[in-house]
Amino acid sequence: MPLNFTLASRNLFHDRLRFVATMIGIVFSVVLVMVQMGLYLGFGDMVTKMIDHADADLWVMRDGTKCFEDPSLIDARKQGAYQAIAGVASAEPLVIGFSDWHMANGAITPVFIVGSNLDGPGLKPWDVTAGSAQTLRDEDAVAVDKTYYERLGISGLGAKAEIRGQPVKVTALTDGVRSFTTTPYVFVDMSRARTYVGIPKTYANYFLIKLKPGADAAKVASAIREQSPKYEVLTTAQFRERSRSFWLFGTGAGAALFAGALLGVIVGTVIVAQTLYSSTKDHIDEFATLRAMGSSNRYIYTVIIYQALLNAVAGFCFAALIGMAVVFFTRSGALPVVITPWLMAAIFLLTVVMCVVSAFAAILRVVRIDPVVVFSR
Amino acid sequence: MTSPVLEAIKVAKVLGHGAGQVHALRGVDLSLRGGELTLLMGPSGSGKTTLLSVLGCMLAPTSGTVSVCGHGTADAGPEVLAQLRRDHIGFIFQTYHLFPTLTAAENVQLALDVRGEAAAKARPRAEDALARVGLSHKLGSFPREMSGGEQQRVAIARAIVSNPSAILADEPTAALDTENGQAIMAILADIAKEPGRGVLVVTHDPRLLPFADRIHRIEDGLIVGVETGPARKAELRAASAGPR
Repeated sequence: MPLNFTLASRNLFHDRLRFVATMIGIVFSVVLVMVQMGLYLGFGDMVTKMIDHADADLWVMRDGTKCFEDPSLIDARKQGAYQAIAGVASAEPLVIGFSDWHMANGAITPVFIVGSNLDGPGLKPWDVTAGSAQTLRDEDAVAVDKTYYERLGISGLGAKAEIRGQPVKVTALTDGVRSFTTTPYVFVDMSRARTYVGIPKTYANYFLIKLKPGADAAKVASAIREQSPKYEVLTTAQFRERSRSFWLFGTGAGAALFAGALLGVIVGTVIVAQTLYSSTKDHIDEFATLRAMGSSNRYIYTVIIYQALLNAVAGFCFAALIGMAVVFFTRSGALPVVITPWLMAAIFLLTVVMCVVSAFAAILRVVRIDPVVVFSR
Repeated sequence: MTSPVLEAIKVAKVLGHGAGQVHALRGVDLSLRGGELTLLMGPSGSGKTTLLSVLGCMLAPTSGTVSVCGHGTADAGPEVLAQLRRDHIGFIFQTYHLFPTLTAAENVQLALDVRGEAAAKARPRAEDALARVGLSHKLGSFPREMSGGEQQRVAIARAIVSNPSAILADEPTAALDTENGQAIMAILADIAKEPGRGVLVVTHDPRLLPFADRIHRIEDGLIVGVETGPARKAELRAASAGPR
């Protein structure tokens, strides 16, 4: 181990109280950044969950649709025309919209209806843990997520309620199909979905297009647009990106998360800079002695940079443990914190950069050392 | 006569500005020769430490020239001066200036580490230097675990480990009792016997006179006397009384 590294580590750990204070600062800062960015990723995943689980290659929607939850209407009678386009395997309408769930005790709560054709590709409930998606063909059947028992005033399969005055019965339960808006999703057959959200039979909100193998998506999209000039045709990836951009940046939610992360970086930088500076000041005689002994400035900078890196590594390790705990405890929450290996690596890099940048103040202090002070102390 | 390892010619140093200006050195000439222990003696405020700082390439003279092993220091930047110190000068300070978080061996090894010497070579050299000052048994001790005399011996080992041509010691015995002070001076006198290595000791303690080969007396920034020291005289006497 290089001796300047030994000197750096011993000086760092010598003052345990200051080291602990530094660690608290770094851990607070890094955890803040980690959680904010984890929320950003989690939010990004959450807002596109429906798009990700739909069995579609292309989405047809009203021009200017901002996100999946934007319930603009399109003409459902175009189904036959779309299916006739070369390369299209199927074109299934999808109906979505808000409605009211009337509980047995008379209470009302808003729900988000998702209705698709159960016989073709579409958007059907996934992660079904009780009952079956096939039961949604039954006259009053609905599927809900079990995390919403309390919100919906139900206790399991067979529970009854009303939507828009129509009786409904829970025949399928999902696990983890949660909405970031906290409004429960209710999966139903498409024909009843129109009734529940109050739109005529001739309308839907989307067409989900499945392509035949080898079909050119751009050509199919162009053909659809020729038939319906006021509609947009997006690939699943494009629609996912549009939805994510809308919720993250159109609403300011993403900016708020980034601002929180930036705050974390600033707090961390200031804390590390302050502690490194005061540590350097406390050891200034030693640095002056090094200088008197003929050490180059670079050698002294290395000692300080080693201290910064040690702070970064130790702080990051503690923060990573806390971050993983946060991921574990929020995994089934309304907004899970998602920390991917890439995010972890990026935050480690950020921590290192933050600590090294923080060392500049200490280095500036050391640059001004006059070695002659060793004779007067 | 050997060429000087350190030489100051008509060195003047003005400290401060305006009304607070102090003429710390007023045209000093001093040569430190290899194989000699030179004492620089004078009362407080006479300019001893300022001269030591100038000779040690830590302070630039206002006028005059300083050379270290033949290298002039005029117009040299901080990094060049640091390199001159690194290559040619070892320092011993009154208050030792050891690194409290490093062991004795590590403190000595540090002097080689700043010179870029690999640890595998530096460690045995550090141990040899500590053996030379009688501290083989204290390699792993931290400064807080050693007496003042032992700490000063570690500082001497640190100063000599890189084989510098000049060793500059600032009041090396001032913080020690008589017995330890004499022991430290005996070590320094022994080191000064090596040809090509000069030791300059700044002191105002007359008890150190017996160790001196040469004595420079300084007052008010001027060298007011240079005399041959008792050690040198004894050596000359021994030489002249040699085999007949």
